[in-house]
Amino acid sequence: MGMIALIIFVVFVLYIVLAYNRLITLRNRIKNAWAQIDVQLKRRYDLIPNLVETVKGYAKHEREVFEKVTEARARAIGAASVKDQGQAENQLTGALKTLFAVAESYPELKANQNFMMLQEELAGTEGKIAYARQFYNDNVMQYNILREKFPTNIIAGMFNFVPQDMFEITVPAEREAVKVKFD
Amino acid sequence: MTTLPEWVTPNRAIIAILVLFLFVPLLVLLAPATTNIYEQMSWNRRKSFALCAFFVILIFILALLFEEVAPGARIIALPLAIIFATLGPLVGYYNSDKIILKMSAARPATREEHLFLQNTVEGLAIAAGIPTPKLYVIEDTAPNAFATGRNPEHGVIAVTTGLLQKLNRREIEGVLAHEMSHIKNYDTLLGSLAVVLVGVVALLSDWMLRNFWRTSRGRRRAGRSGGRGGQAQAIVLVLAIIMAILAPIIAQLLRLAVSRRRELLADAHGAFLTRYPDGLASALEKLDADTEPLEVANKSTAHLYIVNPLREHAGLLNNLFSTHPSTRERIAALRAM
Repeated sequence: MGMIALIIFVVFVLYIVLAYNRLITLRNRIKNAWAQIDVQLKRRYDLIPNLVETVKGYAKHEREVFEKVTEARARAIGAASVKDQGQAENQLTGALKTLFAVAESYPELKANQNFMMLQEELAGTEGKIAYARQFYNDNVMQYNILREKFPTNIIAGMFNFVPQDMFEITVPAEREAVKVKFD
Repeated sequence: MTTLPEWVTPNRAIIAILVLFLFVPLLVLLAPATTNIYEQMSWNRRKSFALCAFFVILIFILALLFEEVAPGARIIALPLAIIFATLGPLVGYYNSDKIILKMSAARPATREEHLFLQNTVEGLAIAAGIPTPKLYVIEDTAPNAFATGRNPEHGVIAVTTGLLQKLNRREIEGVLAHEMSHIKNYDTLLGSLAVVLVGVVALLSDWMLRNFWRTSRGRRRAGRSGGRGGQAQAIVLVLAIIMAILAPIIAQLLRLAVSRRRELLADAHGAFLTRYPDGLASALEKLDADTEPLEVANKSTAHLYIVNPLREHAGLLNNLFSTHPSTRERIAALRAM
């Protein structure tokens, strides 16, 4: 009788340890995923001054656009909360769109090797930001599901595992734009 | 105690036992793949181990069969078998990626030259949560791609220049996502091991068969001293030849059974990574419509590619031996997502 009780107790403790470790793993994965987003955002901020300088070389008079981009970049870098940063990021994306629209009217600039490379890098980095956010959300979802599932929810409650927020993805226009038609 | 018949020699008894043992890894290899991506990883690792076991047993069977055909050959055949059985899996595990890249005449892609490709692979690696695979390019106008590498840390994706020219960006991204899932699932480990191990078995059987013909012809000439012993000898010889013919075929069929289902799974997971199944679907449509065979691909590497690079005609036999599920089936599955 005592033996059975002991076995049940050991299994019970083992289960708690495993569930706790699983939660910890997932929580750290979320942290890591969040850091990934930051890495890509920083990369984007780093590319912008170069881009502005390159465009300036060909389109000196578009001072207004440059200021807008620089300002939006500074605001995004200095954003205190995630929400602020999201807003600043949207503003920055808008400003960059104007910059590229302006560049359209300078054929020499468009043919510039450096400009083309920066444009490609920027597009690539934006893609990576989107993927990093997607990865973050996937991890948050996994964590939240485990946290809410019975019986892990009891353990999550005992050790104060709080729910994590998903990143609200503002769907990039390009995701819908390309639709290849076949007849 | 009844004495065993004359033709039951220790050598033949061991062969019989080994053939029975062959079924253990065979069953593991032929067990249906799961549809769960997380289980898929451990399945692939288990199957890779089973493939190595299968290879080792097969090598020893071949060595002992050789002894039947040429008595006394054991002195050379067995040490050779031990060397092959040790080196095969080791080389397969550590060097298959390099061998495959060399066979496919792939060269490393530079960042400057393929900026879009590099950025997309980096992005997809982030989405999949694995290290960025190395990128290789094959100079060939036939559009195709494959992945190799024993684990995600050593992942490699190779694409042909034809793929880069004929597909648009969304489609290329879909193809890369498909390859990324192969790497994440450890499909590349099993697929690459198969290239090396099946290749070795095929080579050895080929070489043995050629020797069999020579020795059997020599023996027939040497003497027609019939009798029961001679008859049994002849039967064993025939069996040995059948085995030598069968070995590469079994190995080939095995590889197919292993590779077909995982194409569908990689499609599904690739679509999950990009969240855009239509990209991969329209890529597959273009790849399917292209009829140009890929020069650098051959029977031993065909199963690695996203679509069959050999462009064989559909038919009952080709269907049975096909390394890929029908592309139409795959497109339909993606369009339905």
